Amino acid sequence: MHGSMPDLIARFLIGGSVVILFSILGDVFKPKSLGGIFAAAPTIALASISLTAHQQGNAYVSLEARSMIAGALAFFLYACVVSFILMRYRPRSLVAAGALSPIWFAVAFTLWALLLRK
Amino acid sequence: MLIGINVAKLREGKPSEYLTRFLFGGIVTVLATLIARHYGPILGGLFMAFPGIFAPGLSMTETHAIERKAAAGANGILFARAEASVEAAGASIGALGMAAFALVLWKFLPTHTLTLALTLAGAAWLAVSVLFWWLRKRI
Repeated sequence: MHGSMPDLIARFLIGGSVVILFSILGDVFKPKSLGGIFAAAPTIALASISLTAHQQGNAYVSLEARSMIAGALAFFLYACVVSFILMRYRPRSLVAAGALSPIWFAVAFTLWALLLRK
Repeated sequence: MLIGINVAKLREGKPSEYLTRFLFGGIVTVLATLIARHYGPILGGLFMAFPGIFAPGLSMTETHAIERKAAAGANGILFARAEASVEAAGASIGALGMAAFALVLWKFLPTHTLTLALTLAGAAWLAVSVLFWWLRKRI
């Protein structure tokens, strides 16, 4: 069942494994800017889509995917700002990425409120 | 710069770092599932693109670059943060590929099999990401 304990454990294990796989790909590809595209690979989606589609059907996942476009555009803007701040001011990357994470929430929820919410 | 693979980079990764990535990846996947379960697929879908492992990934890149410079006897903090910036720029391009991935899933899933939709979406992610990366290099 979607969201039951065995289901969540399976998603945890698959999600962690997919992230490790893509992070390894990101580490080994050079130049670094090319490896960076793996930092925004659709790992969560890849880890959960098959289980969700099996349990809820393709139409449910299609709706999730439509919202995922908004989340990805928010990720784009957030990563652009983090990259600029890191290059311009050179703060610790963990601090910069953490402090700027509200950008993702602001953009994603604005797009959701304007375009997706019914 | 030439595209290539540097397997030696894997030796920079510590087991604890891989464990951290595994935990973050697993936790973010579970949270996205729980949000979709409680608030529905329209709100939950946003979190399929949540940058949950972005910050730890950048931090590891910075740490590894500092360690490389320190091994060469240099203080590489500013260099390391610039390297993290380059990785973040690459992630911004990957996010455009992620949007293409989601667009293909949204349009194809209602009328095609999951396997076909996922295959096309994965190809769209890779094609859009590499195309934009290449365009950015040329500009």
